[in-house]
Amino acid sequence: MKSKILPIILFVIFITVFFIFYKGLQNSNIYIPENNIEKKIPSFEVKNFASNKIENSDQIFEHNKFYLFNIWASWCVPCREEHKYLMKLSKENKIQLIGINYKDKYRNAKNFLDELNNPYDKIYTDEDGTISIEWGAYGVPESFLIYNRKIIKKIIGPINKKSLLEIKDIIK
Amino acid sequence: MKLLKFLTIFFFLFNFSFLNAQSENESNKITKNLRCLICQGQSIYDSDSEFANSLKILVKEKLEEGLNEKQIYDFLKDKYGEWILYDPEFNKNTYFLWLLPIFIFLLGGAIIFKLFIFRKK
Amino acid sequence: MIGYYSLIFGICLSFFIYFFSIKNLNDTQKLDTKIIKLVFLQFLLVAISFFGLIFSFIKSDFSNETVFNHSHTTKPLFYKIAGTWGNHEGSLLLWLLVLTLFLFLFLIKSKDQPKKYKILTLLFQQIIIFGFFIFLLKTSNPFNYIFPVPQEGLGLNPILQDPLLAIHPPILYLGYVGTSIIFSSALAAICSNYISQIWASHIKKWILVAWIFLTLGILLGSIWAYYELGWGGFWFWDPVENVSLMPWLALTTLLHCILVLEKRLILTSWVVILSITTFALSMCGTFLVRSGILNSVHTFANDPERGLFILIFLFILIFLSFFVFLFFYKDETKNTKNFIGLSKETSILINNWFMMYFLSVVLVGTTYPIFLEVISSEKISVGPPFYNKLIIPFLFPFLIAMAIGPKLKWIKSNIEDKFYLFLFFIISLILSTIIIKDLKINFLLNTVLVASAIFLFFISIKEFFNKKLINFSQNFAHFSFSLLILSILFNNIFSYELITNLKVNETFETEKFKISFESIDQKNKQNFKSIIGKFTIEEFGRDIELMQPELRIYNQPNIITSEADIKVNLFYDKFMTMNYVQNEDYFNIRYQFKPFMIWIWLSTIMLSLSGLLSFIQRKYEK
Repeated sequence: MKSKILPIILFVIFITVFFIFYKGLQNSNIYIPENNIEKKIPSFEVKNFASNKIENSDQIFEHNKFYLFNIWASWCVPCREEHKYLMKLSKENKIQLIGINYKDKYRNAKNFLDELNNPYDKIYTDEDGTISIEWGAYGVPESFLIYNRKIIKKIIGPINKKSLLEIKDIIK
Repeated sequence: MKLLKFLTIFFFLFNFSFLNAQSENESNKITKNLRCLICQGQSIYDSDSEFANSLKILVKEKLEEGLNEKQIYDFLKDKYGEWILYDPEFNKNTYFLWLLPIFIFLLGGAIIFKLFIFRKK
Repeated sequence: MIGYYSLIFGICLSFFIYFFSIKNLNDTQKLDTKIIKLVFLQFLLVAISFFGLIFSFIKSDFSNETVFNHSHTTKPLFYKIAGTWGNHEGSLLLWLLVLTLFLFLFLIKSKDQPKKYKILTLLFQQIIIFGFFIFLLKTSNPFNYIFPVPQEGLGLNPILQDPLLAIHPPILYLGYVGTSIIFSSALAAICSNYISQIWASHIKKWILVAWIFLTLGILLGSIWAYYELGWGGFWFWDPVENVSLMPWLALTTLLHCILVLEKRLILTSWVVILSITTFALSMCGTFLVRSGILNSVHTFANDPERGLFILIFLFILIFLSFFVFLFFYKDETKNTKNFIGLSKETSILINNWFMMYFLSVVLVGTTYPIFLEVISSEKISVGPPFYNKLIIPFLFPFLIAMAIGPKLKWIKSNIEDKFYLFLFFIISLILSTIIIKDLKINFLLNTVLVASAIFLFFISIKEFFNKKLINFSQNFAHFSFSLLILSILFNNIFSYELITNLKVNETFETEKFKISFESIDQKNKQNFKSIIGKFTIEEFGRDIELMQPELRIYNQPNIITSEADIKVNLFYDKFMTMNYVQNEDYFNIRYQFKPFMIWIWLSTIMLSLSGLLSFIQRKYEK
């Protein structure tokens, strides 16, 4: 009896391992953040880009409207790509664009905005990148769509045509 | 008897965390245990990427705020998921991870005992 | 192009070999020399295509896709050649070359073995070769054409442009592939009912060969990681490293087991299972690395199609061996009776027990995230703390057993010099207490660990004086291992490091030492621009040291790497790297003081040397 059970168990284990590896092959091995929707925004304090005044998150997101919280930097190449979509979005008045200037030099950031226009309603600076971590971001650019102090959508990487349409769809 | 001895030694030692833990200062210890998410298999401590540098600063800030190691891990786990921790916690997802090797060890011991030691009698 | 056709011929040859071997299996008593010739021809054909690929690399023939993807005209000649196996396709071709070479060597080296056994080994090995042929031609052909022919190649990843890494893959593959011969031979031995002491001493040579190369291969990779990855560690428990460690652990276990089998006909089924496992682990490693299923420092080309192929192939081999074992294996060993208590067999069993445990820790740790993600779609990371927690506590009994084990005799023995053992243990304990006492580290764990390592160290030194030349190699191996563990422990305990940001002409001072950033220099090299920083380090009580870490800005592909400056001497390494920080005028400086670093390398070299010694010793005994 025993001599038969063991091979069968082993056989089943091998088959399972095979299928798990097979399934595993189709998964990606890089980090993909979950799009945890309906998560509350973190509370934090941040310096205003223009006035250098400290503001806290309650003040920034005080209204019951849509906000797009966009992390950007002048040295980041994809940020240039997404810039034109941000400009389009800034023409919508249902949504307010909040820029977070990530680990940047004030002058470079200013030049960037002067050169390409400023899509943001408000800009804050994240000198050491810690604010972005509070948000669970891991690079630039990254954007969060916020309504009623909740994150309802997260866009990793530059905003493109598709995500622009999605955002427009949501805020309608 | 022998097995029992092994078990006691094992659990005794198991309660101590890894080598020279105390000599590291707290923040280094924590960042060594965090995965740099945008790098390929590097810890935050070892990495010099933007993300890693910010996270190092954040960990220091949180320590100054008075959070302990566990709270910082929980904080980051909440933001980034368990993927960021190099030292997986013991929970329902990782029972097998921690217990399977131990189980194999015990099983191996049992087989050796059964096959060779009991033959004596 | 010639390469491609010779590969096609090579695969056709497989069929001929099958045909003749099966015919030869039953008719004559002697092995057909035709078969050996065919095997040689196959090896030759693979060699031709391999050298053809090298030639394309030297010529920078960018009509070849592999060359285009991994080479560049400005690359130094040496790296053009090394680039041949620095990529997926080329390295697989090398793999195949080694496979055929080993088979050929096996056939000519085992003239006095039974014919049936040899032919069966040949058949099993040919299955593996055939699988790799298909894999190479189907999913990763190194001879793909590009049209129109590009003017310039994409270049080899700069961190792979390194002399050590150029020889690391061939050596590691010799180890990996060496396990395939053990696998086929074990299967053949089952089928032809040839598992015996003679078989054990015959296959032991091959185990030794594979073991030596695998040890050296791992060592080279480790040294490379130490000075090239730039954060001063030598072992990261990275999946790719684990994958090479697993066959090593299995092979080491097998090596110990085969010693028992060589002397007495016991543990036969275990030896066979281990032989199969070892190769399965090497293949599993290949799968994990090449399919890109894991997240690791050592990125390789990842392509799910390739992964799928190796996966299927791996499981075909596993099932094949499984059924061969099930149907052909006859357990004829009944003399396990007098095999008890304190004997060498028991100590080897204990070795096996621990080795299997270490193996399972590494295996579970490496593959668990894959399983969890598939089952519950949650991602976790398993990193160094996990391995440290599970392995370090077990090192202590392992080392003690390793010290006492070889002193035991076969079958049954009493330890005569218990007194000495005890005395040595007390001395080691006292010594390690003295060493650890004043450091702010986990006292108990470290003391016990250091003590057991010192204990092994003493015992093996004593043995050198005790015995004649018998078992010299074994003792030397254990001695080297104790040295390895000791240097790793001391390295861990006494290392310190300092990370800071410095601008040119700035100085950083602590109570222990002073680092000054003197100046910065720029140079243009053949395929990169180098920025060299000059630092002086004044350690109080020691001399002033000049360190010159370097940043390299490669042009093809455009990557910045940082080259550590390492000052090595017998007692410590000083290690410094300089990193570029985006948008800032300062550099990130990392300075490390790492004692006994060189002993980690030396003791590993000694370890593989002991394998070689064992070879010589065998010849000598005969």
